[in-house]
Amino acid sequence: MDVKTWTYIVVGLSFALYIGIAIWSRATSTKEFYVAGGNVSPISNGMATAADWMSAASFISMAGMIAFAGYGGSVFLMGWTGGYVLLALMLAPYMRKYGKFTVPEFIGERFYSKTARVVAVICLIIVSITYVIGQMKGVGVAFSRFLETDYNTGLYVGMGIVFFYAVLGGMKGITYTQIAQYVVLIFAYTVPAVFISLKLTGNPIPQLGLGGSTADGTPLLQKLDQVIQDLGFNEYTTSKDGSTLNMFVYTLTLMIGTAGLPHVIIRFFTVPKVSDARLSAGWALIFIAILYTTAPAVAAMARLNLTETVQTGPVGQAASNLEYDKRPEWFKNWEKTGLLKFEDKNGDGRIQYYNDAGESFKQQGWNGNELVTVDKDIIVLANPEIANLPGWVIALVVAGGLAAALSTAAGLLLAISSAISHDLLKGIMRPDISEKQELTASRFAMVCAIAVAGYFGLNPPDFAAGTVAIAFGLAASSIFPVLMMGIFSKKMNRQGAVAGMVAGMSVTLLYVFQHKGILFIPGTSFLGSMDANWFLGITPNAFGAVGALVNFAVAFAVSKTADEAPQGVQDLVESIRIPSKD
Amino acid sequence: MENEPNLQERRKAYWRANLRILAILMSIWFVVSFGCGILFVEPLNQIKLGGFKFGFWMAQQGSIYVFVALIFVYVRLMNRLDREFNFEDYE
Repeated sequence: MDVKTWTYIVVGLSFALYIGIAIWSRATSTKEFYVAGGNVSPISNGMATAADWMSAASFISMAGMIAFAGYGGSVFLMGWTGGYVLLALMLAPYMRKYGKFTVPEFIGERFYSKTARVVAVICLIIVSITYVIGQMKGVGVAFSRFLETDYNTGLYVGMGIVFFYAVLGGMKGITYTQIAQYVVLIFAYTVPAVFISLKLTGNPIPQLGLGGSTADGTPLLQKLDQVIQDLGFNEYTTSKDGSTLNMFVYTLTLMIGTAGLPHVIIRFFTVPKVSDARLSAGWALIFIAILYTTAPAVAAMARLNLTETVQTGPVGQAASNLEYDKRPEWFKNWEKTGLLKFEDKNGDGRIQYYNDAGESFKQQGWNGNELVTVDKDIIVLANPEIANLPGWVIALVVAGGLAAALSTAAGLLLAISSAISHDLLKGIMRPDISEKQELTASRFAMVCAIAVAGYFGLNPPDFAAGTVAIAFGLAASSIFPVLMMGIFSKKMNRQGAVAGMVAGMSVTLLYVFQHKGILFIPGTSFLGSMDANWFLGITPNAFGAVGALVNFAVAFAVSKTADEAPQGVQDLVESIRIPSKD
Repeated sequence: MENEPNLQERRKAYWRANLRILAILMSIWFVVSFGCGILFVEPLNQIKLGGFKFGFWMAQQGSIYVFVALIFVYVRLMNRLDREFNFEDYE
């Protein structure tokens, strides 16, 4: 059977499974729609959280980013896992004890202010929409590349599937589908990694293979360092991402951004008890760590494979460079997509892939790097082909990528629709509607959210790449600090909370916009995205932590100008701090 | 229970103990990631752990394992604390 047939079968089966679960788990009450009835077991919730959290970016892009950044890519690994420690220790148990449906609801009640609730809804919607655009794009791309449909058809199919189980089942449907999606995605990620590790190092466990030795006895990482340094690249195991300060701040931003993402936080409303919320965060991190500790192995091995495919012997001998006519099949496949591009700059019919920033390669007749495009996203997707794995493994990777994108999209859409139906409609505009009406409204809000996400998926704004900075920056600078102060500072009042959120959000948005363009419109970046203009050398993507600091500082300063939180609110804080009812 | 005279005291003591656990665990969290993985990565890279430089290993593998362990230690410590203060959460 060819790869395409396999892909249709595997993707078709996985979709049938998701739809089957949707029909089986219809939501009949708002509690089921918003929090899956509140009786999901900690392990199940951990698995669903892992699928919810790991997006197309984690599945498809992360290993590629690490492959080309080397040690500098560690910010993603530590940032996107370390956030779960914050979540488990400082947010999840207290949010569960509070025991309602949404994050803005907590902020509104804790800060006894509808303004705070509305500001929180706005932050939540900006964060979730920017995040969901990337997922929709991932779905469209995966379909169009592997099923040879056009991008739009792929997107419609993806939207249809999400529509079916998210609108019908709400959080209940999403939870059980996410569990299935986790199984699909983790299997799809680890199977090729095991094969490749076995092939390169003889060790079937990629995490150990990364520290293992290659066939000639040299440690894998030492060999990789050597091979790429010979080609003028920075040493893999030490190359940094900007300054040490930038790595520090970037990691911190990703950590507190992770802990502040509303679609992740609401997953902890679905377990029965406070102790389950703690345990569930632990399980979630185990399930996430399986992928996150495999990713650096995939990254290093893929970089070595790619480099050695092109540079087959010592640098400097003409015969060491791969002849273009002898390039492998996967190379040709990816050239068709435009994600891998070769230009024979010196006209010798061979491929030279190296860092052409220096002059030192000129004398051996090299005339610039000839792999002019090597898209980071091909690392994971092309991995099974590079390693010559059977067709069903490639099909599995496609199903895994789709599972990762769909599960995250569904979680985000639920966060958006519950903020609209529960916080804006029921909480502020029409408090008198019945539960049945609210349930209908939440389904309607879900449909609208899917339509908006789909629209952005069909007309991807130019700023898709920059939006991750916004999503994490805002979650880190607005939502995380306000939740922390709500729990850990009994006396923090509404004036402080609102001022803090607005200040944190504004500073972060301003910094991103002034370097990347106002609303990412090219040409409006009045400071230019260049090192010299960066505040202490901090890149815009890394700025959320600074925004969070501003949020805390402004909140505390402003809170001193007004009365402390009323007694009733302080009692609420005291009660969420202990797990039991009294 | 609601009117127990020393409930306030019990809550305060519980919260103080909780904060102490948080402080210890978050310090470890900071040291393994920001410390070993970023600030002191260069000196730690002088140490070899199999085929790894130790600093690099902490940044890409070790810190993640420690994070997982930290949460499970937290779960155990908090469950014990809940029992000790009689604040367990029955359904």
